[in-house]
Formats: sequence, structure tokens, C-alpha cells
Amino acid sequence: MSSEATTAPEIHGHRSLQHHFENMEQQREAGTLGMWVFLVTEIMFFGGMFLAYTLYRNLYPAAFASGSNHLDIALGTLNTGVLILSSFTMAMAVYFTQTGKPRPQVTCLILTLILGLTFLGVKAVEYHDKYEDHLIPGRLFPGNPFDPAVQQEGQPIDPHKLHLLPGATKERVEMFYWIYFAMTGMHALHMIIGAGLLTYLIIFSLRGYFDPEYHSPVEVIGLYWHFVDIVWIFLFPLLYLLGRHFEHG
Amino acid sequence: MKPIESFEVPLPPRVNYLNARYGLKSWLLTRDHKRIALLYLVSITFFFFIGGIYAMMIRLELLTPQGDLLQSTTYNKVFTQHGIIMIFFFLIPSIPATLGNFLIPMMIGAKDLAFPRINLLSWYIYLAGGLITIYALLAGGVDTGWTFYTPYSTTYSNSYVVATGLGIFINGFSSILTGLNFIVTIHTMRAPGMTWFRMPLFLWSHYATSLIMVLGTPVIAITILLLAFERLAHVGIFNPALGGDPVLFQHLFWFYSHPAVYIMVLPAMGVVSELIANFSRKNIFGYSFVAFSSLAIAVFGFLVWGHHLFVTPQSVYAGMIFSFLSFAVAIPSAIKVFNWTATLYKSSISYDTPMLFGLGFIGLFTIGGMTGLFLASLGTDVHLSDTYFVVAHFHYIMVGGALMGYLGGLHYWWPKISGRMYPEGWGRFSALVIFVGFNLTFLPQFVAGYLGMPRRYHAYPPEFQVFNVLSTAGASILGFGMLIPAIYFIWSMRYGKHAEANPWHLPGLEWRTQSPPPTENFDVTPVVTWDAYEFAPRAETEVVGRFRPELERT
Repeated sequence: MSSEATTAPEIHGHRSLQHHFENMEQQREAGTLGMWVFLVTEIMFFGGMFLAYTLYRNLYPAAFASGSNHLDIALGTLNTGVLILSSFTMAMAVYFTQTGKPRPQVTCLILTLILGLTFLGVKAVEYHDKYEDHLIPGRLFPGNPFDPAVQQEGQPIDPHKLHLLPGATKERVEMFYWIYFAMTGMHALHMIIGAGLLTYLIIFSLRGYFDPEYHSPVEVIGLYWHFVDIVWIFLFPLLYLLGRHFEHG
Repeated sequence: MKPIESFEVPLPPRVNYLNARYGLKSWLLTRDHKRIALLYLVSITFFFFIGGIYAMMIRLELLTPQGDLLQSTTYNKVFTQHGIIMIFFFLIPSIPATLGNFLIPMMIGAKDLAFPRINLLSWYIYLAGGLITIYALLAGGVDTGWTFYTPYSTTYSNSYVVATGLGIFINGFSSILTGLNFIVTIHTMRAPGMTWFRMPLFLWSHYATSLIMVLGTPVIAITILLLAFERLAHVGIFNPALGGDPVLFQHLFWFYSHPAVYIMVLPAMGVVSELIANFSRKNIFGYSFVAFSSLAIAVFGFLVWGHHLFVTPQSVYAGMIFSFLSFAVAIPSAIKVFNWTATLYKSSISYDTPMLFGLGFIGLFTIGGMTGLFLASLGTDVHLSDTYFVVAHFHYIMVGGALMGYLGGLHYWWPKISGRMYPEGWGRFSALVIFVGFNLTFLPQFVAGYLGMPRRYHAYPPEFQVFNVLSTAGASILGFGMLIPAIYFIWSMRYGKHAEANPWHLPGLEWRTQSPPPTENFDVTPVVTWDAYEFAPRAETEVVGRFRPELERT
């Protein structure tokens, strides 16, 4: 050690300060930046599927519109609302942690978890409908190959039948459904992980673990939660809305 | 100025990170970045030797034009597994996970990386990915080439594609977590006074590497995941029979795998910047140019993947743009080579083992880079595509570049890592043997490839035999050269001379603590008031006889 090296001021204090950080501020900064970098990797991860979506939607527009029209737009809209609301409660949870109000903090976290589980429940209903209509692509679900009934011209309209627009084939609609299941499935997986993280937050909030000085876990998991919401904000129009004008003018 | 006499004062053995705690548990549950670096060092060396055995099998088979030692199906598996092991389990983690892990906190004056637990987790993820891949190799192997091109990999191959893919998928997360940890550490953990432009260039190159790891690896992860689903569940994004596009796979694959080359070579460039400046005792020429060229390589590296697709139905205009951008990426690389050379000019060079590897890097990387320009030209590439010219080119970058940098760095920091000196004479000898063996292996392949010998075949026309015999002879010398350091590094851990805190007499922060360092790296948090590579004026060095950083400022 050379002679001019002197000691930086040390700040001891909070029980949650890890040994290798100088102070709470540095620890909080590191945690937040770490989550932002992780979210960048998530963007790239979903990016591969967005690229595939863009390419095949461009190649097979009619098939994608046909597949899109068969999705349940009411449930999709409901889920979008649920998620936006959950983002609000999450943001409030972070706010109440930072301002040191433990009661509303726990309430907001629990509300967020309930809204997240509601989303997953609705998603499960949607997936089940697709299963009933034989819309699971390939051999993803053994014993139930992709074989939807097709709506013929002149017959009474049956919502369980696939209405093929001119130029669409069943094989290309299968491509739409594979991309739909890949993207929403990966999104749902992230929601499940998020629900696990929220459970962890709720348990430790009830033990009074977080305070205005140490709130980065709430903040960081909040960032993650908002990110997963934003992915859905992109998925909803791409999968449910685009292409509806093909049928409805 | 009167020469200062020194006296040897016997000191009691100090507590350092190696003798602080003992036992298997203290290693497997450690959160100390230095211990995790050693865990990585042991595991990547293991994979390096497996990959090396495959390489020797390839070279032995190619000794004769007929397919006598291996049959075509076995040969396909052998070169595939050589590529997969060497790229994903040795080269990509090599310098970042060992030297980077060990040195980044020390060079910025921190006690540890920002996320020590995530650091340990990344090693376990690496291990899990490696074990799954080894299972796949033992169960029957994989024969798709390390590139996994569809539709062969999804539809026709009868080998363990999914298990191998799973291993690579899992291993990718270790790379992501390492990159994330480095970025956050460099941003938030620098000691007081350690500004961005006082950082050693090793840190700049690791920062750029981490950016690629974080931005690129998730793309290969999702690509391999889609490929595995396509193979298992018969759903098609890449399968033309199901309306998919196999070229999309190549785009997604190379979007990661071309920048991955820079994951391998950028850290080596960081090591070489350290070696060149420190062993010529001179501030690096054009610090900020070398620093920013690392970032430029990281950025440009993401825009050139299409040059792997010149012989696919990719549009001609896309090809022209990718060709142009591939030429452009040569500029920051050339900036580095010129600046290293300019640093050497009129400096006091000492030819210790690390410097020999560093100088070897410059020469071999230059050849590898220049031949890359042949392949970046649209017309020439059509002739050279899928020949041994390509094989020689990328081995000059990956072995001549990345591996030489890794070995140079390992020798350079070995006193700090182990607290012992390696035998200098043997070190220089091994550097020479590796350099000769490497060139004898791969120079003939440029010629064979130019004359039209295709890659990935176990048999070839007899007129190529002379090149292959030379190549196999070189590979034997290279393999022998690799064994020498492996032996004397292990030997030196017990019998090597004890290393002083600063055996090379250098100003860097990592040399201002004992060897090996204590668990928290520094006794007190250092305050940095000097630039990287700030050496004393030459006159003073000459008067004193040899450079002493402690004299520099008194």
C-alpha cells in the first residue's frame, strides 16, 4: 500500500448494509442499476420473439388476422385493465415503503398479488378455450393436435369455429398460434415468477423488514413488475387488435 | 541521489483469501470474488482439456486423406463437440470469469463485486450447463456443428440436440449474470478518486464485453429455446415444411454468435493493453482511443452478423451493407494494434513471459483480423465460404488472440492470484513452443482453404495431405506447449518462489496490496490520485536502477 492512500470515511449503521458496500446509498444504486440491466436482457430475450412475429405477420397477414380474430378480445381487454391497475398498486407500494407507512404498503402489495393472480386465472381460461377448439399448435399438448373446425360460408356463425379470411390456410394459422403461445406463455411465466417475488415481499414486509432507508427490494421488484406489464401492453395490440380491421372494415 | 538500501525483515505469515478459511464448504459456498475466480479457473481448464482432446482427434483423423480413424458420423460429432465445448464452456467464460472476476474489484479498489451471491450463482449455473452438456456428449453426442443450423438440427439429426441446447441455454445465464455484475460493479463500486478515465484499460474492455454479454446472450437463449420446442413439439418457426424460415434461425443465431467473438477477444485485448503498457514501462499511447475503441467494437460487433449469411438467400443490398460494416469494425481493432505498437516505440521493454504472449497476440491477431477482411468481401467470400480458410481465420482470432491473451494474463497475475512466482525460464519456453505450434497448425490451413479444401469433412483429396500433415504436426507441438504451463502452474503453487506484493514494480491498484490479497482486498479503502500507467520519468528510473512505485511520489 502506497503512502498517499488514506481511509475513505466509513459509515456504519443499517443492519441490511452488506459488508462490501460503503453505505446504503451505494447499495441501493447498485441494486437498482442491476435490475435495469437485467430488464435490458429481458427486452432482448422477448425481442427474438417479436422479430419472429414481425417477419411472419408480414409473410402471412391473412392467416395472422384470422388467428387474431379468434382470440377473445373481451378477456384480453379485461386482462390489460387488470395489469395496468396492478402496476398502479405496485407503484403505490413503493411509495408507501419510501415514506415509511407499513400498513398501506402491505395492503398495496397484497392487492398487486391478487391482481397478478387474476390475470393468470383469466389467461388460464383463455388457454382452456383454445384447447377446447383444438388450437394448440403441433404436439405441444399430447393427444390434442392442431385441428380447429373451420367456419364455412353460409353456415350459422359458431364462435368455436375458425373463420379463415381469403388467403389464409390452417397451417399458417398454426404458425400464429405457436407465436401466440410462445409469447404469452413466456409472459405468463414471468408473471408467475413475479407472483413469487411479491409473496417474498409480503412476508418480509409483515416482519417490518423494509423502511425508508432500506427499500430497494420493493423498488427493484416493482421495476420488474412494471416491465412485465409493459410487455403485455405490447402483446395485447399485436396479438388481439392488429388485423381486426381485416374482418370489421 | 543516494541509492536506498533495503533490508529483509521476516514477517509473520499474513491472513489472505486463500488461508482465511479451509475446507470444501468454504470454497463451495464462498462469496469472495477471488475464490469464485479460482473455481471458474479449475472448471474452464477441465473443459479446455476435453475440447483439446476432441481437437487432437480431428487432427489425427485428418493426417491421412482416407477416413480411417473415425467414420463420418463420429467425425461430425467430434468437430461439433470440439466447437461447443471450446466456445461456450471455455472461451466465452475464460478471461472474464477468471481474470475479470479476480481483478475487476481489485483494479477499482472495491471489496467485492456488487452482487457476490449472484457471482457464485453464475458459477453454479455454468456448472449445471456444463454437466448437462457432458451428459449429452456421453449419451451419444451431437452432430449438427456448433451452429445448430435448421432444418438439420430440428428435423433430421438423430443426436442429442435438445440436451446439448439445454446445456448451452443454461450456461448462457451464467454469462448474462457475470456481465450484469461487471457493469454494475464498474458503475457503482469505484473507490474514491477512481474516475472513468483513470481506470486501467482492462476495465474498459471488460465493460464493453459485459455490454455484449447482456445484450447478445438473451437472443441465443430464446433462439435455442424455440429450436428445442420445434424439435420436441413439432411446432415450426424455423421449419420450412411448416411455413417457417430457416434463414431466420441463422439471423438470430449470428446476432449473438458474431458478437460472441468479441466476448472472447475484447477481454484479451484488455489484458494485452495492460501487458504492453506495463512491460514497456510507458503510459499507453492514446488512452482514450484504446478505451473507446473497445466500446466501438462492442457497438459495431452487433451490426455485422449478416456476413455469415453471404451464401444464403439474404438480399444483395443487405449483403453489401453487412460487408461495409464488417470492414468498418476493422477500424477500432486497428486503432488498438497501432496504439500498442506506438506504445512500444522508444520504451523500456522487458521480455518476461506475459509480454511474450502479449507480443504474440499482436502478431497473430493482426493476421486473424486481416484475413477476416478477405471473408468480409462479398465476392471473395463466395469462394472461401466453408473452406479451411475460414477455420484458420477464426482460430487465429480465438486461439491466437483470445487464448494467447488468456495465457499472458494468467502468467502476469499469477503472483497475485497464488502468491507464488511461476518459473520464468519454463514460461518463456512454453510461450515460444505455443507460438510455433500454433502457426504451424493454422498457417497451412489458409493455403489448403484457399485451394478449396472444405471444412467439416473427415476425408479429402490426396493433394491436400501435405497441408494436413503440417497442421497435425503443429497441433501436436501446440498440445505439448499447453501442457507445460498446466504442469508448472500446479508445481509453483507449492514450490514456487514467494511473490512480493508488487513483483513487476507497477503502479496499478491490484499491486498495492499483498500477494495473495486479503479477503477484502485492501486493508483500507484506497483513494486514487494517479492515472493508470503513470510511470516515473525515465531518468529517475535509470538512476535508481529499477522502477519503484513507492519512490515515485515521495
